[in-house]
Amino acid sequence: MYGNTSLTAEEAKIVNSTVEDPEKLAEFEARITRGEKIEPGDWMPDQYRKQLIRMIEQHAHSEIVGALPEGTWITRAPNFRRKLALIAKVQDEVGHGQLLYSAAETLGKTREQMLMDLLSGKSKYSNVFNYPANTWADIAVIGFLVDGAAIVNQVINSKGSYGPYCRALERICYEESFHLKQGHDNFVYLATGTKVQRDMLQEALNRWYRPLLHFFGPSDRDSQHSEKLMKWKVKLASNDDMRNQFLDQYVPKILELGLTLPDPELRRGDDGIWVFGDPDWDEFKRVISGDGPCNAERLEVRRYSELAHRWVREALMNPKEKYVTPLA
Amino acid sequence: MNTEAIKDLLYRMADDALIIGHRNSEWTGIGPMLEEDLAFSSMSQDKIGHAQALYNILYTSFGEKNPDVLAFQRAEKDFRSCQLVELPIGEYDFSLVRHFLFDHAEALRYSLLEASSFAPIAGLARKVRGEIRYHVMHADTFFKQLSTGSEVAKARMQSALNYALPFALGIFEPSAYEEALIAEGIFAGEARLQELWLQKITPLVAAAGLQMPAMDTAKAVYGGRKGYHSEYLQPLLAEMTEVTSIDPSAEW
Repeated sequence: MYGNTSLTAEEAKIVNSTVEDPEKLAEFEARITRGEKIEPGDWMPDQYRKQLIRMIEQHAHSEIVGALPEGTWITRAPNFRRKLALIAKVQDEVGHGQLLYSAAETLGKTREQMLMDLLSGKSKYSNVFNYPANTWADIAVIGFLVDGAAIVNQVINSKGSYGPYCRALERICYEESFHLKQGHDNFVYLATGTKVQRDMLQEALNRWYRPLLHFFGPSDRDSQHSEKLMKWKVKLASNDDMRNQFLDQYVPKILELGLTLPDPELRRGDDGIWVFGDPDWDEFKRVISGDGPCNAERLEVRRYSELAHRWVREALMNPKEKYVTPLA
Repeated sequence: MNTEAIKDLLYRMADDALIIGHRNSEWTGIGPMLEEDLAFSSMSQDKIGHAQALYNILYTSFGEKNPDVLAFQRAEKDFRSCQLVELPIGEYDFSLVRHFLFDHAEALRYSLLEASSFAPIAGLARKVRGEIRYHVMHADTFFKQLSTGSEVAKARMQSALNYALPFALGIFEPSAYEEALIAEGIFAGEARLQELWLQKITPLVAAAGLQMPAMDTAKAVYGGRKGYHSEYLQPLLAEMTEVTSIDPSAEW
């Protein structure tokens, strides 16, 4: 599961101003225009490589950090069916992380380095995972709506230009469509269940509404663009476009079940564009910069996993083997 | 056939599988590396699936309650799991040693049961053979690699083995029905299973460069098979039933 990538003003400036060999660049851009995929050994602009590493790495981190809020509910899942489905689902997310770290490694950064950057805070993950899963109903909301939002983003990104990332995303999207089914099933069960269950779900939905709007990143008005990243098919759709697509697909499904959303201004305009109340972008900035309800806890768990088990990885390492960048 | 004897055997096996599956699932998201997260998740799904299948035999062959009720709504004292599976996951060394000790016993138990005169359990034993083979392969590979990988890892594995072994011997706590199970060809019995298990793991422990704790002084931790559990089972069950207890009348 993953949201979207945004650049700071400074980063956008670097991307837009870096000069490359004009002949090679022209050939590279022509390939992308023809719809060809770029593969690991191919020439690529420095900024293309850098931005892709950053994006795939953040995506990979989001998968493994995203496994944590749901993972804590595996031991509490209420019956065999839900328990087995949830373990399989969270396992898939960790598997997506593994797949994506491999895709990022083809660009020249090791998994170990990426994980260290996650722990030091240098590298980010999707903001949505800094919120707690307080009840079983949160698992239904995450499984249905956070996964639904992630699919919107990932389907779009799977049409990008970098071969290993696209192939990883195609497989991820295939698995995510099953997650969506299990999330939807759980969501519908609660929505059509007893009053206790419906109330639980409504409360969870109220809690997740804002983080879901934040999921796709700041409004296009307030975020930095890079024509180059669009042209190179690193970024394929704007934050607002993706958010709108998500609202269009999911709001009717939520309302249909007799649930409400905590936003009196929410409506679909005649032009097909959804209007919504201010989701408090200051909070978004606060959480993304580390001050969210679960940032510290999430990183602490990852830190435990990485550091407490270093002896395992060291014992498994063969000192005669040298690290080789994987091909795809 | 001795119905009570078969039921007791099924409950022991089902409860072991459920609780070890529950424990192994706790590694999801926090394993020492992503590959191990995935492995423990897979094995826990298999174990929980085995538990479901065993409870289902109790349900269909003996008119016990359905698998969800048996797993999620029984009192602690009614569980027949051994104490080994109840212990918290601890550090990875303990979880891995437990996995090694438990899965070898499990693999041997199922292979004996393939010849059981009770057809449903013989059928299940044949069905899960493939899965258990992978669990044992995983355990053996990591047991050996970690025990020989570094001095630190070796020391940790030896300590974990020393700690876990008396609990592992508790797997073979005899039931009141040993003679009936053997006489009726249902199961070769816990004593025979323990013998086969020791024959199997002793050379593997030696090949990994570890010392097998002295068997003549090792004291098996019994009690689980009679409903006397460690202090860890009740909290585990409370956690497992946390959601259903919010509204027991609801379908989840």
